[in-house]
Formats: sequence, structure tokens, C-alpha cells
Amino acid sequence: MPEPLAESAKAAEPATPVEAGVQPLVLDPAPAVKPTVEKAATKKMGIVGWIALIWIIAIFGAAIFAPLLPIPKPTKTFLLHAGEGPQLAHPLGLDGTGQDMFSRVIWGARASLLVSVASVLFGLVGGGVLGLIAGYYRGKLDTLLSYVFNTFLAIPQLVLALAIIAVFASEPTVSVEKREFWLVVSIGLVSIPIIGRITRASTLAWSQREFVLAARSMGAKNRRIIVRDVLPNVMPAMFSIALLGIAVVIVLEGGLSILGVGVPSSTPSWGNLIATGRNELTKIVGAAPQVIFAPSIAIFSTVLSLNYLGDVVRARFDVRESAL
Amino acid sequence: MSPLRRRKEVTRTISARPEAGHLLEITDLSTSFKTPRGLATAVNNVSFVLDRGKTLGIVGESGSGKSVLSRSIMGLLPKQNVVRDGSVRFEGTEISSLSNSAMRQYWGTEMAMVFQDPMTSLNPVLKVGRQITESLHYHLDMDKQQAHDTALALLKSVGIPEAERRLSEYPHQLSGGMRQRVVIAIALACGPKVLFADEPTTALDVTVQAQILNLLQQQQRERDMAMILVTHDLGVVAGRADEIAVMYSGQIVERAPTRTLFAQMRMPYTEGLLKSIPKLEQPSHSRLQIIGGRPPDLVAPPPGCKFAPRCPYAQEKCHSEEPPLVEAETPGHYFKCWYPVGTDAGKEALERNLAAGLPQAIAAVAGDAIAAAKVELAV
Repeated sequence: MPEPLAESAKAAEPATPVEAGVQPLVLDPAPAVKPTVEKAATKKMGIVGWIALIWIIAIFGAAIFAPLLPIPKPTKTFLLHAGEGPQLAHPLGLDGTGQDMFSRVIWGARASLLVSVASVLFGLVGGGVLGLIAGYYRGKLDTLLSYVFNTFLAIPQLVLALAIIAVFASEPTVSVEKREFWLVVSIGLVSIPIIGRITRASTLAWSQREFVLAARSMGAKNRRIIVRDVLPNVMPAMFSIALLGIAVVIVLEGGLSILGVGVPSSTPSWGNLIATGRNELTKIVGAAPQVIFAPSIAIFSTVLSLNYLGDVVRARFDVRESAL
Repeated sequence: MSPLRRRKEVTRTISARPEAGHLLEITDLSTSFKTPRGLATAVNNVSFVLDRGKTLGIVGESGSGKSVLSRSIMGLLPKQNVVRDGSVRFEGTEISSLSNSAMRQYWGTEMAMVFQDPMTSLNPVLKVGRQITESLHYHLDMDKQQAHDTALALLKSVGIPEAERRLSEYPHQLSGGMRQRVVIAIALACGPKVLFADEPTTALDVTVQAQILNLLQQQQRERDMAMILVTHDLGVVAGRADEIAVMYSGQIVERAPTRTLFAQMRMPYTEGLLKSIPKLEQPSHSRLQIIGGRPPDLVAPPPGCKFAPRCPYAQEKCHSEEPPLVEAETPGHYFKCWYPVGTDAGKEALERNLAAGLPQAIAAVAGDAIAAAKVELAV
């Protein structure tokens, strides 16, 4: 054994300043273990993850900055080219009335993403607060809230959202803003029990941990413990479900559009684009399939990307938790 | 250490204790949990007093109720499904009946707790610095700079190198020993008068154990703080506690100043615990002495002495009649046994059991594993 010992001692000398003549004490001559490649790989997002992320950034960016983009207004008609397929000036073709599909998909993203992000935020706040309360305090309050959650979950989401909009914003002359508001409220209400239950489950687990008792033994109030100790730990679970939730809501908005209670067709949304374009599929002559395919593919890629990113987020936080 | 010196030591501890102003006075404290099978009594009529700057060691095996006792005293147990009885007086004020909001003025500032496992008693997503400054802001109304400086000083005082850098690190970046130091720093932040250390070294390496215990002792001395050191290891409290209480099945079965306890133990259970510590001078591969069997069911404990089913000295009387906690000839030494160790009655009882071939008696005397296994089966 003297050889490796002397070797590593030599190697250690320049790194650690030692007094001249003093031999550094090397207890473990084994070379430092390099982290394995597999471990590093699981932490990376992978090529699919990057594609998903770029897509999401692009679609959200386009939606936010739609008025600034060099694209025609979504309602501008190019009658000469009506119903034509993709071409240089109109990359996604035009619909039957000559409106540019590329522009309509981007403006449609604006309405669809606004509704889905807003309603998921609504659900996140409502479900998060109720879930934290139920999971932290437990007891009768938890039983009651869980009962309410389960009751709401028993009703199909689409039916519940439809019913709420039908009551509050179903008149045909309804303004876009009012319809969008009630879409957000109804979809938000529908997502509260889903997010609430996940938050509650995660809170139940985290509030049993010893650091919560430790915080209590230091005199922290319940509200403080919930906000400072429990919430930061529950957050990853809430966010990964929220990412998936945005995807679900995009589809749900499409479903509501087909039933005639989505975003009014005067403002394009992915849902109402599909709803108005769906008769193109049954046309025998003069069909313009891009009218339905363009928004469908936009929904498809966005939902897929959000799902994938949701998984990546969850996996990342799982790694951190298990490493602890 | 002559018996004379020992006696002197004991009288000094006794006389140093002013009868009026105990820091903590526990009288007949009982704590039970409602379970589907019935009431599980985890703490059963426990009484003791603790003075400023003193250390009480609470020793017992798993399930003897020692952790529940410290949490019950602090009032940290959930209100649901817990039945608490008896009196806890802190500086003369009854605190056992206080609500959680009223207890908050004691938690952290008057009494604090160091938990067993530093892996779980720190919040994984908050930086170390924030976890320490939290209570400084809250209890002591410090501003950001003051709290930061105090936290830094605290970390230095618990022996954490590069304290400034550690403040902005997360718990998972620290080793187990470092984390326990952080936990201690958090507990000490508001200068509590009594510190509950609930098996503070159980989750740690043996080499780190001594460091942490020394740290606790040093902090205690500097702050004139009382400490309740809960452990399953008699060795841990031997050199560090002023008084030791041995718990079994939720009861204190023997309580005495440390020296008296080791010199004149009366309770067979204490003797069993002491004998089961491996000794360095033993040849390697020698069998360890054990106490056969398991602690009794807390829902339906045996009618007599709780330790009787496992006791090498147990007689007919032990199984039917519960012995009272009586004072030994040394003042301040209490035990709970009909046939105490080191007395003629005890000696006779053991001989009788050996003659009758009682397995736990044979196991206790000869360290016989087969006999111990028989106890295991019988209990």
C-alpha cells in the first residue's frame, strides 16, 4: 500500500498549503469517485423536454405579443384565396371566408391560454387554501371539506361547467369578456376539488413531519406554520398538477365551444376554431381541412408539452425530496 | 470514590434545592391515547421536580413513554384522542390546562425541544438562516440585521465552522451532526429556561454523539438552563445528569441522584439496563446480557408490578400487587419494588427463582440466551 499513499500525498500537496517538511496525513488514498453518468442523465430534461419547453415559450410568447406580430388581423379576409391550403403568405392556409389561419391560431391561443391559465390560478388559490386547511387542521373540518370535494368530483366536469355558464352567461348576445369571466369561474370551480384533494393529501403527509412539531415547539402559530413550513413543501405537487391542469382546461374549453358555450366566435379561440371548422370534415367538395387541423395540432402539441413538463417538474422535485 | 464522599455529594444536591422555587414541578402527570382497543396509558402518574441549571436524565427502552412524557409536559401533543391528567407547574404557574395560544408564550422562550432526528426536524426547503431567525423575529422582535447577527453568533456558539456561509445553505447541504447543531441553535435561539432533549443523539454517529452531548452540556452551563435529557442509553446520562429517572411502561420506577442510582440501585429493571450495556473488558464474541421479553401492552398492562413478567426477582406478590414508589434510605432516592436489588429480600427472591428454574432469573445471572428466549415466549 505505500505506493498509492505516496502518490496521493504528492497530489494533495499543491492543493492544500502545508508547512514545509510536514507530510500531509492522507487517510484515504482512493481517488475521488466521479458521479455516475446515469445519475446526471435523470436530472436533465432531455431533448423532448427542451422541445416541449421551447414550444410552450413560443406559444405563450406569440399569444401575449399577438398584436405586435407582423400577421394579418384574425378577422381580415382574403376573399381571393378563401379556402386555399398553406402557401407562402399564409403558412397555415385560409378558412372558407378567407381569414388567415396562422393569425387565427395565434389569436386563438390568446383566448384559450388566458382562460386556462386564469381558471387554473383560480383553482390553485381556492383548492390550495382549502386543501391546506383540511390537511393541516384535520378533524371535522377535513371531513366536511373532503365530503364536498368528493361530491363535486362525482359530477362530470364538463356538465358542471356547462351548467354554471348556462345559468350566468348563456344569452347569445353575451360579450366576450363576460363569457370569458364565467368560463374562468366555472372551470376554476371545477378544478378546486381536484387541486384541493392533491394539496390536502400532500399537506397531510408534510404536516406530520417533525419540523412542523419543531416549529410548534418554538411557539409558531398555526397560520405561520402553514405558510412558512407546509406550503413551500406542498408547492411542487400543486404546481405539477397545475401544469397538467392547464392542458386539461384547454381541452375542456374546446369541448364547451363545441357545445356553444365557449369563447364567442367573434373572438377566435382554439376551441371555437375547431367548433366552427368541424363541418369541413364532412364536406365532399371544397373542403379546407386546415381549418380544423391547425387549431387541433396546436392543442395537441400544447397539451402534450404541458403534460411532459409537468412530469419533468414532478420528477425534479421528487429527486430533491428523496435525496434528503 | 468512598461511600462517605458519595453521601456528601448527595446531601449537597438535596440542600441546594430550594423547596419553594422549583423551575418545573410535575405532579401525578398521566397521558393516555384513545385507541380502537382502548385507552393506552403512555405516561402513568409521573412526578418529579427540576431546578434551574440542573439536568434530569430520563431513561427507558422504546415504548416506555419517555418521549410522550416530554411532549406532554410541553403540551405539544394533539388535543384530540389524548387524555392528560395531573399538574405541570412552570415557575409556580400551572400550565397543564393552558390552551395552545396561551402555551405559545412558553414555547421557544421558556421551554424548547431538541428532536431526535435532525434529518426530519429541519424544514428541507428553508435556508438554515431563516429557520433560526424565524423565532428571533417573532418572539424577540428583532429586525433583520439583529436577527442575522444573533443567528450567526448562535451558529458559532454551537460550533459550526464557516457560520456565515451555512446561514444561506439548505439543511440537505449539511451533515447529520451539523444539522443537529443547527437544531440545537434553533432551540436555544430565544434563551429557554428548560431544554427538552428528546434522544438528541440517537440518529447520529457514535463519534458525533459525544460532541453533541458535550455541546448541550456546555450550552446548559453557560446559560444556567435546566435540561431534560431523554435517552435509552444509561451511558449517555451517566456523566451528564444530576438526577436520573428510569421509566418503564409509563411509570418512573426509580429516581435518584446519578451517583446514588449507579451505586445503590434498587430496581431490578435499572440493574437489567445497566447489565445490558456491552463492556469493553469483555472478550470479543461474548454474549450480551439482555432483558428478555418486551415491554407490556399499554392498553392492558399487568395488574401487579409492570416489570414482573420480565423480572428475575419477581415473586407471587409482584404479579398481583403493584408496589408503591418508596424512598430508599438515601434521601431523594425513590424506587418501586417489593424485592429491591441489593437487599436481603431481593437476594432471597432471586435465589428462590433460580431454584425454581425461572428463565428470566437464569438469563439474568448466567446471560443464557435460551433462557432469555423462553422469557420472550412467555411474555
